[in-house]
Amino acid sequence: MTSFFKATVAATALALGASAVSAAEITYVSGAVGNAVEDFKKIVAPWEAKTGHTVTLVPMPASTTDQFGQYRLWLAAGNGDIDLYQTDVIWAPQLADHFVDLSATAGELMKSHFPSIVESQTVDGKLVALPLFTDAPALYYRKDLLEKHGASVPTTWEELTATAKAVQDAERAAGNNDIWGFVWQGNAYEGLTCDALEWVKSSGGGQIVEPDGSISINNAKAAAALELAATWPGSISPEGVLAYQEEEARGVWQTGNAVFMRNWPYAYGLGNGSDSSVAGKFGVTTLPTGQGHDTSAATLGGWNVAVSKYGDNQEAAIDLAMYLADAEAQKTRSIIASNLPTIVSLYEDADIAREQPIIPQWKDVFLQAVPRPSAPTREKYNEVSTLFFSAVHSVISGNAKAADALAGLEDDLDDLLN
Amino acid sequence: MSSDKSTNASPTAGKTLNLEQQRVRAAYMFLAPMLIMLLIVAAWPLFRSISFSFTDATANTIFNGQSEWIGFDNYVEKKIRSNGTIRWKGVLVDGDWWNAVWNTVRFSIVSVALETILGLLVALVLNAEFKGRGLVRAAVLIPWAIPTIVSARMWGWMLNDQFGIINEIMLTFHLIDKPIAWTASSDTAMIAVLMVDVWKTTPFMALLILAGLQMIPRDMYESARIDGIHPLRVFWRVTLPLLRPAILVAVIFRALDALRIFDLIYLLTPQSDSTITMSVLSYRELQQFGDYGEGSAMSTLLFLIITGFVLLYIKLGRVDLSGEKS
Repeated sequence: MTSFFKATVAATALALGASAVSAAEITYVSGAVGNAVEDFKKIVAPWEAKTGHTVTLVPMPASTTDQFGQYRLWLAAGNGDIDLYQTDVIWAPQLADHFVDLSATAGELMKSHFPSIVESQTVDGKLVALPLFTDAPALYYRKDLLEKHGASVPTTWEELTATAKAVQDAERAAGNNDIWGFVWQGNAYEGLTCDALEWVKSSGGGQIVEPDGSISINNAKAAAALELAATWPGSISPEGVLAYQEEEARGVWQTGNAVFMRNWPYAYGLGNGSDSSVAGKFGVTTLPTGQGHDTSAATLGGWNVAVSKYGDNQEAAIDLAMYLADAEAQKTRSIIASNLPTIVSLYEDADIAREQPIIPQWKDVFLQAVPRPSAPTREKYNEVSTLFFSAVHSVISGNAKAADALAGLEDDLDDLLN
Repeated sequence: MSSDKSTNASPTAGKTLNLEQQRVRAAYMFLAPMLIMLLIVAAWPLFRSISFSFTDATANTIFNGQSEWIGFDNYVEKKIRSNGTIRWKGVLVDGDWWNAVWNTVRFSIVSVALETILGLLVALVLNAEFKGRGLVRAAVLIPWAIPTIVSARMWGWMLNDQFGIINEIMLTFHLIDKPIAWTASSDTAMIAVLMVDVWKTTPFMALLILAGLQMIPRDMYESARIDGIHPLRVFWRVTLPLLRPAILVAVIFRALDALRIFDLIYLLTPQSDSTITMSVLSYRELQQFGDYGEGSAMSTLLFLIITGFVLLYIKLGRVDLSGEKS
């Protein structure tokens, strides 16, 4: 007890002494998934060594909705404790007023990034946040099972439905009772907005609210896309898929019980881990298209770093944001966490290609990325998304017909936005 | 009290307070810290949330005071669409809100009823003399001691349709022929939530009822036994009537808790229409949509509904909360 006490006193004295000597202590807040905390330490270590500042990571819950609610409260209250916020790609229009405009400082750096991502973080000419990494989902498929049953990788949703059913039935007939055709994210949450936007957009049904603000969701193609998805639970997908988020889908997939999965890149590294029963047995490709539409769609995800207007160490914070968005930090992040860089040239980088062979491959997926309608709906986005995923959820759980649900949704969106 | 004046008499008798007045004053002084705390942590937030419900406050305006008074528009508002049709808006005409009210009431009645019956049974068992009673009493409390977030996550995995142990057990015993998606399917989501809540809160009920049981004088049972009265009759005629006050108070505590349930439902079946409660809905409005006006209107209605239920219950059950009769 005494030695513990002494140690505590010593540590406190050390910490106090250190902060008195060194420069700023930067606080960085971010959701923590998987190894995020450890990885972040590795990524900022060189910057800390160079500048003498220290960075403290404040970990938040993994759910982006929960993070958003907390951040908005802190920002509205002008909280000075947090210097930097790690922000979701959809937040920029809603939180723009609270962040420092980085367009002058980072203008040059942004030229090396994908223009569409920089565009998503620009609100009324103001650069709200700098991109750290991007995210786009893909279709994971079991190479071994498709080969065994002589099936090819599907390119349309209709093909996927048929192939999943055929392989699932054949496997079950052979005694593999736990196998399912397709797992995805059917829980009523932001993830379902992403999944359903992909079904609709890749079938030529628009993107819910178009960039010019018009509400496009109530159309026959969108309804048909949802009707097709509504046939999945209970046939090619377990009924529980209606409560699945990313991790539940990965759980079924990684235990070898699914032929196809829709998921984000993080599942690639984990799926090839030593404890995975599908390691080396699967491939990834772009998501299918539907109803004869020609281009597939992958919801644009990804994270950015924004500098709070109210932080106590703004100058050092901007410097850190610039460092994190630059090539060196992005490369480290790609290699240790298999995150997709937002700097175009890193997709040709030899080190990344060697350590994470999937990243260069993902460029194709990423080129078909479609943004969620956060720009035209601004501070109403969360409500729009909730209305959308609630309507979709009622269709896929069989409680409503797609046409009725979408007509109701159009009315609700009209009331909300106009 | 007639002797007060004489014992209290002193040279400055005209100004000093008599004993009764001194006691009242002392009582207020002892109560003051608590009353001030209650004002700060209960009355003030309640007043703020009621006053927000009459404004158009959003997450961006609650701190800078730029919100405006809009009367009852958050509760009910007539809006005319661009195409001329009329649309009623506001919490009172919101189908989602009434669905949440129904879910909350349904959940509260069923869960409190089950917990009271099971709690009574557990309490009767724990009241009996047997070896290791202390150990069993402690063990029964474990579900209550586990934080809700932990038990919700734990049950979430146990109820999982693919890897869940509940499905595994039921399949092994051929009670079902295919796994049930407990938390996902709208038919079973409420059952799953009730199951976890009953598991978690029965010990609390048992504890409160057990305390009541131990207040019953032993000699009543003794004389009943000497008279050779059947134990069941003793239960209905002696135990239950004497337990009534304890049970009624326990039910009030639980009902208050159940009517504002948030954590279990938010964690186990987020956003499911078949389980969403008033608290979860108002949280969504406040925290996720940042609509403090409408969210506060929901909180205010929630407060009124709970108050109404409790008053009704106290009146119907003639619960003696003042302790004057006993």
